[in-house]
Amino acid sequence: MADTMQFDLVSPERSLASVPVREVRLPGNDGDLTAMPGHAPTIVTLRPGVVILVGADGATREFAVTGGFAEINADSVSLLAERGHPREEITQEVFNDMMKDAHRAHRNATERREHVGEEFVTATAKLLGDMQAMGTHIGLDPNQSTVPD
Amino acid sequence: MPSLKDLKNRIGSVKNTRKITKAMQMVAAAKLRRAQEAAEAARPYADRMQAVMAGLTANAAGQAGAPRLLAGTGDDRRHLLVVMTAERGLAGGFNSSIVKLARQHAERLRGEGKEVAILTVGKKGREQLKRDYGSLFVHHVDLSEVKRVGYDTARGIADEVLARFDAGDYDVATIFYNRFESVISQIPTARQVIPAEVPEGATANALYDYEPGEEELLADLLPRSVATQIFAALLENAASEQGARMSAMDNATRNAGDMIDRLTTEYNRSRQAAITKELIEIISGAEAL
Repeated sequence: MADTMQFDLVSPERSLASVPVREVRLPGNDGDLTAMPGHAPTIVTLRPGVVILVGADGATREFAVTGGFAEINADSVSLLAERGHPREEITQEVFNDMMKDAHRAHRNATERREHVGEEFVTATAKLLGDMQAMGTHIGLDPNQSTVPD
Repeated sequence: MPSLKDLKNRIGSVKNTRKITKAMQMVAAAKLRRAQEAAEAARPYADRMQAVMAGLTANAAGQAGAPRLLAGTGDDRRHLLVVMTAERGLAGGFNSSIVKLARQHAERLRGEGKEVAILTVGKKGREQLKRDYGSLFVHHVDLSEVKRVGYDTARGIADEVLARFDAGDYDVATIFYNRFESVISQIPTARQVIPAEVPEGATANALYDYEPGEEELLADLLPRSVATQIFAALLENAASEQGARMSAMDNATRNAGDMIDRLTTEYNRSRQAAITKELIEIISGAEAL
């Protein structure tokens, strides 16, 4: 069996990374998981978090994503994220922007509770929580972003 | 017969017009290249999304409890037309061809006794539809502040469309845009986004494990897929707009060139006529002595 697999990280606007990797650690919605060559074909949704790639030479690269989903095959992983940034590009400013989106989604859902259903409100609250956790994990302050009006 | 001075002024003003149309053509060409690159860069995401959706929808379609975005509301009485046009004119038939298609669509639906609501994106379409369908407008998305079409723009439109669907305002949503074929050909296209269409020939993909379950995944992906389709349409539209403007301005430049040639010939001819007339007067004056 090959010891590397093809990893693609694509956002709606452009492809962010396309490299061979030895393993990929993904922040799945139901818990983190690691995909390695020979993984059973799986489609998994992601929560906001950090994706860690381990390259063929053992070097790691990290990307912060704001959710999306990943398609895992035996020899490739495709990650479709609405937003993704290399970890070193995540500044407080970029993160504030992401937090603002999450805040907005949560507030919209809360306002239209009767239309969208309780489940959806809970989902956006969870998204907000995950986003905060990601910020703390990277070492950024999740409280700097103000709730948009 | 216009005087020599009039002709000279005409030639000058047409020359100025030609300079402007030439400049617009070159700007459009540069923007077109960028728009095409953006459309190209967005393709991997859309393709993968579509592939995954195809497998999922084929599984879920027809099953009881399929999400409403896929199964529909069980009715098709109320339609929402999302008409996507440009903020600017001077792009040949770009805006009117979309409007024409939307108009035909609206007329057909109304003929069948269905309710039609219109959501416009871009100023030009709104202006053209206002007179006949002004009362049907439900919302307008202004793109004049948007320099480059981004996914955020598409998501904003998608959120608006989805919120109205959740609120039960309509049963079917169709988007209208120009598909970019080439610089000289853009094809006005109508595409139904809600309820989602199951691509033809899609087969249930039993190969994959889904985490969380298939239904949750589908519920998560359907709204994203709407946003992706709108994003793709916006990009196609952006490329088409520049393509249409480029060929329209190319034509205008060539027309101006022809006109300058014609006017110059006329100018030279009347100048020569004036000289000849003066000579005849002088000679016949001298002979009379």
